[in-house]
Amino acid sequence: MTPDIPVPPVALTPLLPVLVVLGAGALVLLLDLLPPRDSKTHLGGIALIGVVGAMLATVARWVAGTEERAFRDMILLDRYALFFDLVICYAVALVIMLSMDYLARTGGESGEYYGLVLFATAGMMLLASAGDLIVVFLALELMSLSLYVLAGLFKTRLTSGEASMKYFLLGAFASSFLLYGIALLYGATGSTNLDRIAASAAAKSGEPLLLVGLGLLLVGFGFKISSVPFHMWAPDVYEGAPTTITALIATGSKAAAFAALIRVLVVALRGLQPDWTALMWALAALTMTLGNVVALAQSNLKRMLAYSSIAHVGYMLMGLVAGGQAGAGAVLFYLLAYTFTTIGAFGVIGLCARAGEEAVEVGDYAGLARRHPVLAGVLALFLLSLVGIPPLAGFVAKFYLFGSAVRAGYIWLTVIAVLNSAIAAYYYLRVIVYMYMREPDGEPMAVAPSLAGGLALAIALVGIVLLGIIPAPFADLAQAAVAPLLR
Amino acid sequence: MTLGLLTAVTFLPAAGAVAVALLPRHLAAAQRVLGLVIAVATLALSLPLWFGFDGASADFQFEEVYHWMPTLGVSYHVGIDGISLLLVLLTTFLTPLALASAWHAIEDRTKEFVITMLLLETGMLGVFVSLDLFLFFVFWEAMLIPMYLIIGVWGGSNRIYAAVKFVLYTMVGSALMLVAILALYYQHGVATGTYTFDLPALARWVLPPGPAQNLMFLAFALAFAIKVPLFPFHTWLPDAHVEAPTAGSVILAGVLLKMGTYGFLRFCLPLFPDASVAFAPLVFALAVIGIVYGALVSTVQPDLKKLVAYSSVSHLGFVMLGLFTLNQQGLVGGVIQMVNHGLSTGALFLMVGMIYERRHTRLIAEFGGLWKVIPAFSAVFLVVVLSSLGLPGLNGFVGEFLVLVGAFQVDPWLAALATTGIIFAAVYLLWMYQRVVFGEVAHEENRRLTDLSPREWAVLAPVLVFIVWIGVYPTAFTGKTEATIAALLAQVESKASVALLAR
Repeated sequence: MTPDIPVPPVALTPLLPVLVVLGAGALVLLLDLLPPRDSKTHLGGIALIGVVGAMLATVARWVAGTEERAFRDMILLDRYALFFDLVICYAVALVIMLSMDYLARTGGESGEYYGLVLFATAGMMLLASAGDLIVVFLALELMSLSLYVLAGLFKTRLTSGEASMKYFLLGAFASSFLLYGIALLYGATGSTNLDRIAASAAAKSGEPLLLVGLGLLLVGFGFKISSVPFHMWAPDVYEGAPTTITALIATGSKAAAFAALIRVLVVALRGLQPDWTALMWALAALTMTLGNVVALAQSNLKRMLAYSSIAHVGYMLMGLVAGGQAGAGAVLFYLLAYTFTTIGAFGVIGLCARAGEEAVEVGDYAGLARRHPVLAGVLALFLLSLVGIPPLAGFVAKFYLFGSAVRAGYIWLTVIAVLNSAIAAYYYLRVIVYMYMREPDGEPMAVAPSLAGGLALAIALVGIVLLGIIPAPFADLAQAAVAPLLR
Repeated sequence: MTLGLLTAVTFLPAAGAVAVALLPRHLAAAQRVLGLVIAVATLALSLPLWFGFDGASADFQFEEVYHWMPTLGVSYHVGIDGISLLLVLLTTFLTPLALASAWHAIEDRTKEFVITMLLLETGMLGVFVSLDLFLFFVFWEAMLIPMYLIIGVWGGSNRIYAAVKFVLYTMVGSALMLVAILALYYQHGVATGTYTFDLPALARWVLPPGPAQNLMFLAFALAFAIKVPLFPFHTWLPDAHVEAPTAGSVILAGVLLKMGTYGFLRFCLPLFPDASVAFAPLVFALAVIGIVYGALVSTVQPDLKKLVAYSSVSHLGFVMLGLFTLNQQGLVGGVIQMVNHGLSTGALFLMVGMIYERRHTRLIAEFGGLWKVIPAFSAVFLVVVLSSLGLPGLNGFVGEFLVLVGAFQVDPWLAALATTGIIFAAVYLLWMYQRVVFGEVAHEENRRLTDLSPREWAVLAPVLVFIVWIGVYPTAFTGKTEATIAALLAQVESKASVALLAR
């Protein structure tokens, strides 16, 4: 008689959105081998269809409202995961649309580009669904490895290679920290499952092994979300990577890393909340201040946006400090607003070229409003949203976030944050100064007309205006999304 | 859902901006005309507010409330009382004049200019009609950007510096105000169980006196003091005024500065009565320093526009002095002085702009003997100058007199010090007028100057009418506002745990 090996039921429906993306990725790689060889734009279309399909699947799951678990709680498809799936899919869809002609123009068009973007997407979505530290690690690696390659896509460009190398080396370093942290947590609690860690950690708060594990975990996540002092890679990678990939790293991968970080902290390590709240307070204040102050000195737009994105991470960490449904919900809303805004800003930069090179110096944008008033206006709106000027998304997002911090009693952190926002206005407005208040000089800026890119910018623009004027439904969505974590 | 009158007035300019945006770029004249038509239509639409407003009632009128973010307690709540009524009409009155004054002055990117001015008008009106702290903050921040563009794009040679300075000053102030708004919201929520940004609801609640109230007051006060500007937060003002185009200066002086004083009146006094009383001496000191300092610095300015800019610091000092006397005369005087300053200083900027268009210089030394060349201009200029220095019979006198009466009840010395400001005002304004208008024609270029054109007459005549009207029959205007101010004082008195300074 053969012994009974219990085979866990294989339920694939909780993986449905991820599977759609992975399937599209495999299809892209397959079709890459077939003609036509000289143009790969159609592969972008297939990738886009895959992402939109995943989005539809996500929406269908949300409407159904059921919470699904699979593989012994390793994968969770709750509203929290679905919310992030939506944010990530939106980000990736916009990135793909922006890529379609950006790649053709810069000569980097290839099938594996779209394939890798989709695999990275699958990693991001898995991160949001991870109910187990092992899955967190695997998903993080799937996402990161794809992005390392994508950052170095421009094989002939030295900065691109540097970006890829730096990203990979530091990323691998951070991953090992994360893995070590996971090992220590396992040692302390006897499990890698988030719920079981929570049950065990609650009884053992203050145990050194647990605290060291938490610290190492935060180092790993700190790298992925580029919080100070683990942010060193961000400016170089943002500058060197293809602009569309920069947009993806700044939004999708950041959102995914935040998704996992929040779930791990709030679900698994809730017992250690006083410890990590104090840490996060310091990290938030440091991250926003350093990001903003260094951004003041940047003349390269991609570097400036890199530091600005570091600063925005600082704001988002405030939500974690504040805690509770209000705090976590505010972070989710902020990520949504930030994603639309940042992709829009990078999207405009990707459309602008000067003397055959990408226009990334702030001086390249002198007088843009005179030559291309619509494009300048669009970029100005994205920048104003990043400043936090109403009635755009950035303002409401900050309002929710700062409100949650004040509610939890963190007045001084909020004061630091609002003063930071005022500092930040200077460098964002400097770009507007160049576009509107200076005259064009030197070689004229060439703006590539692009249907897909234009459409992506229009969607992002509608997004930031909509979020700014009628934020309530989206904020309710974010609140509903964090509810499963706080039970 | 029917659209309320107040909402229509507020958003008509913004809707008009969209219409202007749809016009083809090369039709600059059509854009100007459409812009002016919209601004005049907004003025026409705002007149029923004046005639329909019941001056005997202290309640908010033309109120509209719609849900916006119900879970957060944010609503679209607008309404006007006797204070905001005057400022709303001042805004709708000055905007068409500013647009008309820019007819030839702004040739570059006319379309953007008209759009920006109209968006600015919506922002300013929104600030004055908002009765929800969130809504107020939205308008308060949003209107920064159009003004920033007006200074930075259409301004003088040093415009970028001035524009950035303007924005950064204002943003730092309003950043802390945001924290105070949130803190107030949660304190009120915890204490009463209702989380709301609704101003009347918050104002009914008594915030316990103490450090929390003082800090919140200071955070609000900083934002407003920068806007007023109260000494020593005024340094952005001369830069912004000198660099801004004439239309921008008119709006800046006429309306934007009033947003600061209005903020003190609308938010600081009713929400933080104890702190207002406690900090009143500080405000008095800064206001009097501003009055005297602004006047002295004006005296030595070689540039006409700078002179008018510094005179604003002095005049707004009077307004602040009046508001913090916390008695009926002082407050009514302060409110009327807000309107007066908008009219007089707006007119001064308009006329400086007109002379600049002719001579492309604003240096006082470049003029002289203008009466012989352009008598009509000189005569109107005289009326405006006299109104600004507070000649009885013209508008400026009414406000300053009431403020001084109010200040005298608090402390005679305060009134005495402030009165020196009036004397200095006579010095710098009349001395300037003498050097520009009287004497022999010193520069040959000035002999060819042309007198006021019909368009310029059309811009100035309405202002002159009000300068005389308020001066001769101020009751028409104070009558709308006295009940509101009496109610405001009663509210402050009943909420404050300490006695008011003087009644």
